Amino acid sequence: MSDAALAATNKTRSLRPPRGIVLPTLIFLAFALLPVVASLTAKQYLLDVGARMMVFAVAAVALDLLVGYAGLISFGHAAFVGLGAYAVGILSAHGFSDVLIALPAAIAVAMLFAWLTGIVCLRTKGAYFIMITLAFGQMVYFIATSLAPYGGDNGLTIAARNTIAGWPLLKSDRAFYYFALLCLLATYLFCRALVVSRFGRVLRGAKENPTRMATIGFGVRRFQLVAYVIAGGIGGFAGFLLANLTEFVAPAYMSWQQSGELIVMVILGGAGTLDGALVGTAAYLLAEEWLSGITENWKVIFGPILVLVVLFARGGLIGGLNAFGSWLWRRSGHA
Amino acid sequence: MPDPVLRLEGLRKNFGSLVVTDDVTLDVMPGEMHAIIGPNGAGKTTLINQISGLIPPDEGRILFAGSDVTALPPEVRALRGLARSFQISSILPGFPVLENVALAVQARDGSSLKFVGRAAEETALNAAAMAALEQTGIADRAYVRAGELSHGEKRALELAIALAMKPTLLLLDEPMAGIGREETERQVDLLLRLKGQLTMVLVEHDMAAVFALADRISVLIRGRVLVTGTPAAVRADPQVVTAYLGEQLE
Repeated sequence: MSDAALAATNKTRSLRPPRGIVLPTLIFLAFALLPVVASLTAKQYLLDVGARMMVFAVAAVALDLLVGYAGLISFGHAAFVGLGAYAVGILSAHGFSDVLIALPAAIAVAMLFAWLTGIVCLRTKGAYFIMITLAFGQMVYFIATSLAPYGGDNGLTIAARNTIAGWPLLKSDRAFYYFALLCLLATYLFCRALVVSRFGRVLRGAKENPTRMATIGFGVRRFQLVAYVIAGGIGGFAGFLLANLTEFVAPAYMSWQQSGELIVMVILGGAGTLDGALVGTAAYLLAEEWLSGITENWKVIFGPILVLVVLFARGGLIGGLNAFGSWLWRRSGHA
Repeated sequence: MPDPVLRLEGLRKNFGSLVVTDDVTLDVMPGEMHAIIGPNGAGKTTLINQISGLIPPDEGRILFAGSDVTALPPEVRALRGLARSFQISSILPGFPVLENVALAVQARDGSSLKFVGRAAEETALNAAAMAALEQTGIADRAYVRAGELSHGEKRALELAIALAMKPTLLLLDEPMAGIGREETERQVDLLLRLKGQLTMVLVEHDMAAVFALADRISVLIRGRVLVTGTPAAVRADPQVVTAYLGEQLE
């Protein structure tokens, strides 16, 4: 191989989407070991914190598909989560409380909603896309508040967690925790495969230059709609988990503040990396956990931290971690 | 006489009160290199944009390979064999050069609704993309990020993307704009080699290149086709000399 070709080959390695498996492995190991730590230190609330992180991480990873890879800033992502959660709650209220019914229903409802609204939303771009996804999210929110038979404003308590094929396997918090871990792992692996697939490449290309993509033969909007429906379905999946975690559903699950928090999780961690969604969700919920212990107005402290991260760590926490990693690498004598 | 690859019928486009395409009727024959020349603001790029589907005409029809494509979106025209380059290079700067081209191959190779498998490692796509890069002379830059290419290399990449589409009609919007003399010569050589293999519409200000390449030339002035003819006829046309070529050929 000629020198030029060799140099080119070496260069492409560093350009490929990071195949890094170290960080995600560490993250999933940490999640897997958390229950052990919780029982050793007798801090059972850690189990709840960890489960919440994983449930929201499912939603955040899906949102990163849209924000980070498709360039679609969806401000209505919580609506999908809420729809999934309400599917579980409403079915349960009518006596259908098995995963085999609730899970497909939660995903299907969210996907259907994503498809119907996506057709409209994707006719707009930029700030208008943000506003219209926000509007559809609020629409669902207000419908939920007016659902008097299902608790309206107050929400709906679910009698018990879903059974799996009739067995109450998710009854214990620890069992549910590991169930959620499996769900997050499956979501993460699916999304990682998706972003480097043919489909993912079209999405990423359309984010960079939609005109070029159209003139080589891609109907960009169709691909974006498929991505929107997939992300919506995963959002519904997260809602299914959330309803089972809390055994309660409420309109607040789909408020615009919740959508905003999901965006913050993605941006804080670093959009367009998937790992960032995991890190960002964990960091956000930890910050909430700790800072809200200090003051009720914890966002007064969190706000400036977020600004600093966005200003100084290009690419969010993941970007910061990478920069720190290569700094360490250079300091330890590597050229 | 064979049917034209591209036929424009009474095409009209206004931007507000400004007439940018004024009753343009034009035939481009199979295998022909048809140049469109004219002063700045004559509406050349707007015409290309209408042919490729980025801008809808106000009136008139566009027939491509015998069927009316006036109402079809750009991606459908592209899949039917209509490729184009842009006056200002339009590439995916964050992607490796090879993937810029591989995407064009992917567009007409089966379904892109595939959610598994690494697209960047599909050897069939990459091989076809590499062939196009070799054709335009930038194969050694295949693994560089496209945004890092020099201006001339970007032009070559654009051409490679278009060629990878295996087009029947190639629209070239000022492929020589802003590149050095050596690169211009290379580009002219390449287009000469492509001549006859596919039909081309060339918009270009470099008159030496146009007269070296074109089979026929249409002169566009204020959105209107002043004259269409062979290079010799156009060069000798007194109207053209007064309106445009006079200043160009001095």
